[in-house]
Amino acid sequence: MATPVLDKVEAESAASPYITVTMRIRRFNPEISDASVWEDFQIEIDPKERVLDALHKIKWDVDGTLTFRRSCAHGICGSDAMRINGKNRLACKTLIKDINPEKPITVEAIKGLTVLKDLVVDMEPFFQAYRDVMPFLVTKGNEPTRERLQTAEDRERFDDTTKCILCAACTSSCPVFWNDGQYFGPAAIVNAHRFIFDSRDEAGEQRLEILNDKDGVWRCRTTFNCTDACPRGIEVTKAIQEVKRALITRRF
Amino acid sequence: MKIHKYDTVIVGAGGAGMRAAIEATKRSRTAVLTKLYPTRSHTGAAQGGMAAALANVEEDNWEWHTFDTVKGGDYLVDQDAAEILAKEAIDAVLDLEKMGLPFNRTPNGTIDQRRFGGHSRNHGEAPVRRSCYAADRTGHMILQTLYQNCVKEGVEFFNEFYVLDQLIVEVDGVKHSAGVVAYELATGEIHIFQAKAVIYASGGTGKFFKVTSNAHTLTGDGQAACYRRGLPLEDMEFFQFHPTGIWRMGILLTEGARGEGGILRNKDGERFMEKYAPVMKDLASRDVVSRSIYTEIREGRGCGPEGDHVYLDLTHLPPEQLDAKLPDITEFARTYLGIEPYTDPIPIQPTAHYAMGGIPTNVEGEVLSDNTTVVPGLYAAGEVACVSVHGANRLGTNSLLDINVFGKRSGIAAAEYSAKADFVELPEAPESLVIAQIEKLRNSTGSERVADLRRELQETMDANVMVFRTEQTIKTAVEKIAELRERYENVSIQDKGKRFNTDLLEAIELGNLLELAEVMAVSALARKESRGGHYREDYPNRDDVNFMRHTMAYREVGEDGSETVRLDYKPVVQTRYQPMERKY
Repeated sequence: MATPVLDKVEAESAASPYITVTMRIRRFNPEISDASVWEDFQIEIDPKERVLDALHKIKWDVDGTLTFRRSCAHGICGSDAMRINGKNRLACKTLIKDINPEKPITVEAIKGLTVLKDLVVDMEPFFQAYRDVMPFLVTKGNEPTRERLQTAEDRERFDDTTKCILCAACTSSCPVFWNDGQYFGPAAIVNAHRFIFDSRDEAGEQRLEILNDKDGVWRCRTTFNCTDACPRGIEVTKAIQEVKRALITRRF
Repeated sequence: MKIHKYDTVIVGAGGAGMRAAIEATKRSRTAVLTKLYPTRSHTGAAQGGMAAALANVEEDNWEWHTFDTVKGGDYLVDQDAAEILAKEAIDAVLDLEKMGLPFNRTPNGTIDQRRFGGHSRNHGEAPVRRSCYAADRTGHMILQTLYQNCVKEGVEFFNEFYVLDQLIVEVDGVKHSAGVVAYELATGEIHIFQAKAVIYASGGTGKFFKVTSNAHTLTGDGQAACYRRGLPLEDMEFFQFHPTGIWRMGILLTEGARGEGGILRNKDGERFMEKYAPVMKDLASRDVVSRSIYTEIREGRGCGPEGDHVYLDLTHLPPEQLDAKLPDITEFARTYLGIEPYTDPIPIQPTAHYAMGGIPTNVEGEVLSDNTTVVPGLYAAGEVACVSVHGANRLGTNSLLDINVFGKRSGIAAAEYSAKADFVELPEAPESLVIAQIEKLRNSTGSERVADLRRELQETMDANVMVFRTEQTIKTAVEKIAELRERYENVSIQDKGKRFNTDLLEAIELGNLLELAEVMAVSALARKESRGGHYREDYPNRDDVNFMRHTMAYREVGEDGSETVRLDYKPVVQTRYQPMERKY
C-alpha cells in the first residue's frame, strides 16, 4: 500500500496553513438600495478550504447580512452555483488554492436570472424551462409486474445526463440565455436528453418537437461555456449536439 | 399573514416527502412546504443503494432481510415494522424503476445488486448482494426520479417555506393536528396552512455534530416543532456514526466502497476488521465498524502525525471498477484531499450520519402522543420519524428504503384520512408563537452570536456524545447544552430585514438544534447499557432486562417557566426473533 501522497498532505497540514485572502463580493439588497455594490472582506483561511467556507467565515464572524444559498457543501445538492472570478462554479467544490488567492477573489450571482439579494437569484424561470421538456419517463401499455429490462449498454447511453443536479451553472453561463431568457437553456436540454436516449421511454418524439421550437436547441451556438461550467463533468454541449442530430435523423 | 387551506400538507421535499406527495396528490388537495428547493434535499447525498431482496443475482428473501434489520438494530427494532419494511422493499424498488430510476443493470438486463454492511444470507452466514444501486449516486437518482414524478403528477410546492410551528388543538380531550405555521424566506411573510392532515418528512438533526455527513440545513426542524407542542420524541440517544467520512470534513464515502471490495487499514497496513468481525469483516454493521476504528486509534494504531484517522484502501480494485461503480466518492477524494484513489488510500474517520430516533409513529405513519394514542391528522416519515425500523442502529441502504416504504404509506394514509375528516378549527391567533419567536430574535440586542454558540455545541457533542460515551462525558454535554441554551436567550442577529433573511433562519435552526441536543443527551444519560449506536464505556453490555424498551422524551414546562426533559419508556414489539448476542 503506497502512502507518499498522504505523507505530503499531512506534512503540509502540520505548518500553520492560514493565509489572508480578499473576498470581493457583489452585494445587492433592494430593501436598502436599488444598486449593487462590490464589497471587500479580508479573511484568514486555509487555502485547502472551499469558497463556501470563506463565505461562511464572513457570514458567521463578520457580516450576518451576507446572503447565499447552500446545503450539502460537497457538490451534490446544487444550491451554491455562483460566478467566482468570472466563471460559474459551485462554491463548495472550488478550493481557494485553485483560484489564485494572491488576488482578490470575486464572487457574484449567476447571470441571466433576476438577483433577489446578494448571491440569491430567482430560480423559477430555470425550473420552468426544466418542467417544459417533460422531464419524466413516459411509457405506454400495461406495466410489467417486475422491472423493465434494460441492457447495460442501453443504460450507459444516457448515463452522463443523469448526473445533472439542476444547479443552473450551465444555463447561466450561456451567452444565448443571457440575451434571451426565453431560450430553454442547456440544463433543460440535458434533462430532455436523459429521457430521449433512455431505451424505456416512449415520448422522445414529443420532447424533440418541444426542443424544435424557436427557443429550443437550434439557439445553441456551441460556445462550450456550459460544458466548462458543469460541476458534474457532464459533456453538456455534446448532449445538445446529440439532441440536434436526433432532430435531423429522427433516430435516438 | 396569509391563510391557506389544503386537505394534506407535507413538510419537507426529500425522498419521504416527495414519495408521500406522489400518493397524496392523486387522492387529495395537497401542498408541499419545503425549506429548500426539492432537489436540494439531502436524500440526494445518499450513495450506496436501497436494500430489497429481489434475488436478481443470488438467492435471497425478505425474511432474511427482516432478520438482518432486527439484528442490525440490536433488537430494539419493532419487528412488525421491520417485516413491513423488508416485505414492501421489493415493490418499492420496482415502483422506482417504473417511475424511471436508472438503476445499474445485470448482464441480463435486471436491476443489479451489491453487498452492503450487515446484509447477509440465511441469518448471518455470509454477505449477500441485496443493495439495488445506481453507481454511488443512488440517493441522487431517487431524489431526481421522485421530483420528476412530482412534476408529472402536478404536485404543488411552496419552495423556501420554512415550517416553524405545529398547530395542535384538543378536541374531546384528544390532541388533533390543525395545520402548520410557515415563514416565507423570500418575503418574511407568515403563512398559516390549515390542513386536515399534516405529514412531517423534514429529515434529520445531524448538524448538532461538528464532523458530520449531514447538510448545513439538517437542523431537526420537524422534530423540534412537534416536541415544543408537547409531543414525545423516541430513542433520540441513538445516532449513527458512519465509519467512513472524509477525515476532518465528514463528507460521506459510501459503504458501497467496502461492498465493492474496499478494505479498512490501520497505520501498519493491517486489515483490522478481521479481528473485530471475523465473518463480515469490513461489512459488519456501522456501529461495530465505527467503534473498531476508534479502538484502533485509541490504541495507537491510527494514521498520520496525530494518529487520528485510518485508511480506506481501494488501491487493489481495478480503476475501471472504481470509475464505473464509485465515480463520485473517488472524485470527492481528488477534489477535497488531492488524493488519487487508484494509487493511494483515503484517510477517513467516523462521521455523524443518521438519527435512528425521532417523532414516534405507527406503521401507517400516524404520530403518537404517548405510547399508544394516535394524534388524528398528524403523520411522519423518513429520518424525522421513528417507526421504529432501525432500532439502535440502522443498516446501510435501509434509509433509502425507509423513505420509500413509509413515505408511500403515510402519503396514502394521510390522504385517506383527509378524505373523510373535517378541518379542525384553528386555535386563536395561530401565528402568535412564531411571531413572538421571530420578533424576539430580530429585536434582540444581546451579545451572543449564533455561530459561536453553534460551534461550541458541535464541539461538545463531538467530544462527549459521539461513538464512545460515559456518565461523565454525557453529564459534561448536558451541562454545556444547558449553558448554551441560557446564552441563546441573549443571541442577536445582524440582518433585520424581511427579504431572504438567512441570518434569522440560522438563529431559529440553532434553537432547534440546542433543544434536540438536550433531548439526546438526557436520553443517553438514562440509558445505562450499550446497544447499537449508543455505546457506554461504563456499561459496555446490552441489558435486555432493564433496557429492552424505547425511550420516550417529553418536554415539561414548570410553573416558573423552566423546561425539563421527562423520560418515559415504551415496549419493543417482538414477533419472531428472540434477542441474541450480536456477532458479525
